[in-house]
Amino acid sequence: MAEPVALKLTQKDFKSDQEVRWCPGCGDYAILAAVQSFMPELRIPRERTVFVSGIGCSSRFPYYMNTYGMHSIHGRAPAIATGLSVSRPDLSVWVVTGDGDALSIGGNHLIHALRRNVNLKILLFNNRIYGLTKGQYSPTSELGKITKSTPVGSADSPFNPLSLALGAEATFVARTIDSDRKHLQSVLRAAAEHQGSAFVEIYQNCNIFNDGAFETLKDPSTRDEYLIRLEHRQPITFGADGQRCVVHPPGGFGLEVRETASVDPADIVVHDATVAEPAYAFALSRLPGLDLRNTPIGVLRQVERSSYDERVREQTDSAKAKATGTPEEQLAGLLTSGDTWTIL
Amino acid sequence: MTKQVRQLDRVVIRFAGDSGDGMQLTGDRFTSETAQLGNDISTLPNFPAEIRAPAGTLPGVSSFQVHFADYDILTPGDAPNVLVAMNPAALKANIGDLPRGADIIVNTDEFTKRNLTKVGYAANPLEDGSLDGYALHPVALTAMTIGALADHDVSKKDAERAKNMFALGLLSWMYSRPYESTIRFLERKFAARPELVAANIAAFKAGWNFGETTEDFGVRYEVKPAKMSPGTYRNITGNQALSLGLVAAGVRSGLPVFLGAYPITPASDILHELSKHKRFGVTTMQAEDEIAAIGAALGASYGGSLGITTTSGPGVALKGETISLAVALELPLVVIDVQRAGPSTGMPTKTEQADLNMALFGRHGEAPVAVVAPRSPSDCFFAAIEAARIALTYRTPVILLSDNYVANGSEPWLLPEVDSLPDLRVEFATEPNGDDGKTFLPYLRDPVTMARPWAIPGTPGLEHRIGGLEKADKTGDISYDPANHDFMVRTRAARIEAIPVPDVEVEDPDGDARTLVLGWGSTYGPIGAACRALRQRGLPVAQAHLRHLSPMPANLGDVLKAYDRVVVPEMNLGQLAHVIRGRYLVDAIPYNQVSGLPFTAAKLESMLEEVVKNG
Repeated sequence: MAEPVALKLTQKDFKSDQEVRWCPGCGDYAILAAVQSFMPELRIPRERTVFVSGIGCSSRFPYYMNTYGMHSIHGRAPAIATGLSVSRPDLSVWVVTGDGDALSIGGNHLIHALRRNVNLKILLFNNRIYGLTKGQYSPTSELGKITKSTPVGSADSPFNPLSLALGAEATFVARTIDSDRKHLQSVLRAAAEHQGSAFVEIYQNCNIFNDGAFETLKDPSTRDEYLIRLEHRQPITFGADGQRCVVHPPGGFGLEVRETASVDPADIVVHDATVAEPAYAFALSRLPGLDLRNTPIGVLRQVERSSYDERVREQTDSAKAKATGTPEEQLAGLLTSGDTWTIL
Repeated sequence: MTKQVRQLDRVVIRFAGDSGDGMQLTGDRFTSETAQLGNDISTLPNFPAEIRAPAGTLPGVSSFQVHFADYDILTPGDAPNVLVAMNPAALKANIGDLPRGADIIVNTDEFTKRNLTKVGYAANPLEDGSLDGYALHPVALTAMTIGALADHDVSKKDAERAKNMFALGLLSWMYSRPYESTIRFLERKFAARPELVAANIAAFKAGWNFGETTEDFGVRYEVKPAKMSPGTYRNITGNQALSLGLVAAGVRSGLPVFLGAYPITPASDILHELSKHKRFGVTTMQAEDEIAAIGAALGASYGGSLGITTTSGPGVALKGETISLAVALELPLVVIDVQRAGPSTGMPTKTEQADLNMALFGRHGEAPVAVVAPRSPSDCFFAAIEAARIALTYRTPVILLSDNYVANGSEPWLLPEVDSLPDLRVEFATEPNGDDGKTFLPYLRDPVTMARPWAIPGTPGLEHRIGGLEKADKTGDISYDPANHDFMVRTRAARIEAIPVPDVEVEDPDGDARTLVLGWGSTYGPIGAACRALRQRGLPVAQAHLRHLSPMPANLGDVLKAYDRVVVPEMNLGQLAHVIRGRYLVDAIPYNQVSGLPFTAAKLESMLEEVVKNG
């Protein structure tokens, strides 16, 4: 993992010279600005930061960051970033992807990167629609969604990205929202500090093909009712006056939302992202209904597990430590190993 | 009893049995003993894709053929002089390849009514006279092995399993092989179980002694060492040699090697081998799929490693999109295709050369890459280094087309001096290359190699973005400019075409041939053997063999046009012939076999004889 050094960088240093070409009003602008203004805080030199993306609107992201970057192919960013991260532990490697890129064509690579716990920070911009291909439904679109490719409504059930990541053994799982810069940056900070894969779902508005998909989570008149802001080691209450809370009902498998006044305060779940058992974070991920009520944001899960990068490096380092002689001498020894014979 | 010893110049033995009979191991040991003696050798394993097909059935037959001689040989031999058949299925599956008069050693204990019926023998071929044309040696291999191990502390099952060592002992006696390496091997293999070491050695010696005492084998044979260049040798398979070549490329370039691979027959052995060599800075990753395997390799190349992916045809199909990305990114990448019989799953353990079109043309857009093919097991070592050299020097994907025949076949390899291997060191970009001294232009090319700078992440001041979108010349910025796209497409083609590769050499000892045989890849041995045989009979024929399929050698057109006839034998339906016709307007005569087996020299010889004589 890239180590921080004393540096005086600003948001401006992370802006590339390329003209940003997302649609006016796209949620991606807010995320880009939040990331660019957050990066200096990490005190990692620009040259040691790499953004790798796949294909889709969000995947244009690397072009706008004045760091190293690769805009690769559809769905494959986690695989490419894995090879880079494993072979270059000195780098800070970020993957920028979307709901189609990460969960549809690239679903396999996403789950395996999370399972291995590769040292990647994965930012999934979820707008619940295909934007770049102009408006088909995505793997996070609601059942019955009417789009260009589903004129009478989608027959597909959607993925819950957080549940999927947790099922894939992710060690860091969080959710945030494009328009809430402060919250977004707090989640990015936690993700950057995490050793291993950090999976961050960012609800992002596509104002062209799926405008207002997350409006109830943003509108000041509704957001407090809809959002559960998770705070580590704090009782989970929400609503304008904390009138609702999360409890673990006896005999049940998951978590439920109740009126705070109706429960014993001792029964209110105190959030702990470090709980080893993933069932807790999974239960949190299942709280929202189809109407987005009870949507948790913040860090659901953050546990320690050695990264794939570290484990691979340990094997290589220990093999190298046992070797003697120059690489050429070792090679000569390898070539002559096994049954050899000499002809004079 | 002193037995007669007869000198032979060459012998072909085929060990055949059930998949569980240990025939690959038996053949491997016999080969190793033979190598120690100094014969030239060529081997051909042939086994089913099923790990354990039902015992005693035809699909379950596994065989290993070894050809050894007192002169240099090019193939594992067309027809066995000796067949060791461990059961009726092995006899039935292989008898068709045997010339009359060949020795057949059978394990009579397996010729039960049930086993005979299983493979469709109505009568016992050992008794019905159908093998009268052969020198049949019925041996109760199983019973004698169990008998020899009666005093050993092993189960009956373990005793029975040692019958392959009895067979090896018998054959080792027949051909006067030194057996010390086999004893050492058994001591290593069963180190944890000393009783099995003792039992297997006892079975081996029982087989040896049986040969010496029985009257059934009246003659013992010798094949004198071959005249080979001085030096140290080892017997090596193509997949082993290829793996060592990749390790050597890492050492000679000074770069870490990163292999991304997904298991696939017949390429998996390269992953297995490279995973043992971490001390050389080799990282192997068994990826979740073929696409991830090449993606990770490309990611590692981007970071400054020698990125490699190994697979077979179906995997190359899946990797196509990433190869095209690597073409656009202009990064080094070695893609190894150990070809097998297709299409689709085809015959995973059988050989074919039918991925040439895919290697040359099988991508979307104009996506040229370099293509290299090894011609023999030991040549896989040098071909791997050559693929790495081109990838690193010219910053391009290179496809290395091995195949099952060279991958699993083996031959003696004169070990090279490490210092004699090419220097593959590269220079990463460290400074801005723009005229103003401040700007970095990721697509500004080296005037000699036409390669762009390799500026790896971590290099201050060279931060830049690359991707699959078309790039503007020099700056690498996204560009939809029509003239720029036309220029970039032509430049990517021209830079591959401009990679210097050695001229193709023509073997025509008397210089009077009017027919040229042009091959590529693993057909080198059978074509060479056929040409030699024709020349010995006074029929002139020239041989040229392509190692570089893209770009092709600069002199190839002139070579082709210097002959009246050009014959192109291939284990496909004429893929190289098609390219030759298209590029050089030469009326090449295709000769094709897609049986999953390599050409026999005899078959090529009779075909070429027709061409040479009749034009």
